Amino acid sequence: MAKILIPTPLRPYTDKQDAVDASGATVGELLADLTAKHAGLKAHLYNDQGKLRSFVNIYVNDEDIRYLQKEQTSVKTDDTVSIIPSVAGGAPASVEAAAALPDLTNEEIKRYSRHLIMPEVGVEAQRKLKASKVLCIGAGGLGSPATMYLAAAGVGTLGIVDFDTVDFSNLQRQILHGTPDVGRSKLASAKDKLNAINPNVKVVLHETALTSANALDLFAPYDVILDGTDNFPTRYLVNDACVLLGKPNAYGSIFRFEGQASVFATKDGPCYRCLYPEPPPPGLVPSCAEGGVLGVLPGMIGIVQATEAIKLITGIGEPLIGRFMIYDALKMKFRELKLRKDPDCPVCGTHPTVTKLIDYDQFCGVAPAAPEPVAVNQATEITSVELKKRLDRGDAIKIVDVREPNEYQINRIPGSQLIPLGDIPKRYEELNKNDEIVVQCKSGVRSGKAADFLRSVGFTRVLNLKGGILDWIDKVDPSQPKY
Amino acid sequence: MTSQQLTISIDVDTAIRQHGQETYPHECCGALVGRDGVVSAIVALPNTTDEGPRRRFMVRPSDYQLAERRATELGVELLGFYHSHPDHPARPSQYDLDHAWPTFAYIIVAVAGDGAEKSATPGLPRQSANGATASLPGPSAKGATAGDMTVWYLKEDRSRFEEGTLNHGENSHPDPAPAVHG
Repeated sequence: MAKILIPTPLRPYTDKQDAVDASGATVGELLADLTAKHAGLKAHLYNDQGKLRSFVNIYVNDEDIRYLQKEQTSVKTDDTVSIIPSVAGGAPASVEAAAALPDLTNEEIKRYSRHLIMPEVGVEAQRKLKASKVLCIGAGGLGSPATMYLAAAGVGTLGIVDFDTVDFSNLQRQILHGTPDVGRSKLASAKDKLNAINPNVKVVLHETALTSANALDLFAPYDVILDGTDNFPTRYLVNDACVLLGKPNAYGSIFRFEGQASVFATKDGPCYRCLYPEPPPPGLVPSCAEGGVLGVLPGMIGIVQATEAIKLITGIGEPLIGRFMIYDALKMKFRELKLRKDPDCPVCGTHPTVTKLIDYDQFCGVAPAAPEPVAVNQATEITSVELKKRLDRGDAIKIVDVREPNEYQINRIPGSQLIPLGDIPKRYEELNKNDEIVVQCKSGVRSGKAADFLRSVGFTRVLNLKGGILDWIDKVDPSQPKY
Repeated sequence: MTSQQLTISIDVDTAIRQHGQETYPHECCGALVGRDGVVSAIVALPNTTDEGPRRRFMVRPSDYQLAERRATELGVELLGFYHSHPDHPARPSQYDLDHAWPTFAYIIVAVAGDGAEKSATPGLPRQSANGATASLPGPSAKGATAGDMTVWYLKEDRSRFEEGTLNHGENSHPDPAPAVHG
């Protein structure tokens, strides 16, 4: 039992009482009891979908339930629940806003008819989509499904930032691109596909790497930014640029079998830095190129991002703001974490310390891309050609492949021993400290770590195969497949 | 069926028009307080909409409570709210209807821009009949003129607004309608 305070305009429905007792453990139950006793209230408190009307504010003591657990907010006997009106109105929006929205052609009305017949969408939301501009960072795994559905849905302008070319290893998940596109620029391939889906969409190509120098200018003309990046420096860059410009970020990320999504950088919502103020140490979190990714996973997450972009543009539904969605493809489970805007957030908090874009490579501890990898001590590396020459000469060299078994199944250097990087600390004693050892992985990064470890435990003659097995296949043994 | 009646004094009428002209080209809003269908005072409130004040107004919950408290202090009741329609007729919009509360009187005043900014002959305060200072309807400093004023009540089934009859009565007390900016 709790007391509910009734505002003036609703008192005719409560026999002129300004306070009514109702029973229930939550706000929802109290209101159900209240409307059961005073039936006339229902139409004024709830809309046709059974949701509280937007101008009906429910407070428990002094707190708006929107910032508590909404209608699940629990109520104790001595709590006071108040129904407090907001009063809103205005001249017909059509005069100004609707005049600014583009009309739909007959072809578009036919094309979007399944949208138009839903009352939640209708002509006005479709015109908002037509007027909208979405910028997708990356035309890869996430960008493919996201841009394809956004184009199909009728987003008027679709910008894409990418500077890569299509590689065979992209085709397993990047459905914008097909086998004949291998070697083409991703943007050219994307534009063909998107305009084939919907020629009404203006596809704007930004063939450049996203940098601190160009991000604000690139983002400025767009309404929503869709983050389809695969690395931390760009992710922080996208987040900070969105916060600085006040543009929502439909965020997604994928790794192996797990995906994440949220909407960051809205006016009152948290940003990526509220969740992760600092990036992980470099190398700790592997990229998809190192760890792999289930091909359909970016489909699921990219479409969540596209869904959120459409909701932000049209104003329907409840966007994924302040909520962090986690999807596990193996278990086929969705989880949701609550996120709060951090008042101490360095970029969106009350006293931000980041007020302009910074050097994100440095921030994430990633060495700025130099044309030559750091001039390595000659004695720690060996090239494929040199290795082949020495093996042919009959030198006793132990080759240790530190990749995963499934990679080893695809290709290998004859005579190599497989010890995955993660097993090296417990299995290095299988190796002889006095042997000359060449460690090798796919491209040389993991084997570099293995070499460092082996030296740290007393191995003196360890060489890293420069460029890994990919370089070996290019220079020595082209008969083997690459991945 | 006879329409609902609302009576406002000349001062209340003037204060609403003046408020609409002051905020032009934005919408103004405020509360109507009084008793038995007679508005004795208005409580001017800030327009806190975040959807663009040219076409929207919003009285936030804390200002609503302020208006109720003000009514209680004056020993009267909250009768409804007023707002302006800049460059638009004094008729409720679908948005007004979607957001309406039952039983309240909704006064709408149309305010039209005069085009260019006017500075030569602003609506100077003049002495009204009872000696109170008030700006008469006329061109304001921002070049806007309040026109039609109407009153509306939400139909019980929320299907539409019904227009009420707006009567002009005597000033209920010698002071001009108090405008409290919350």
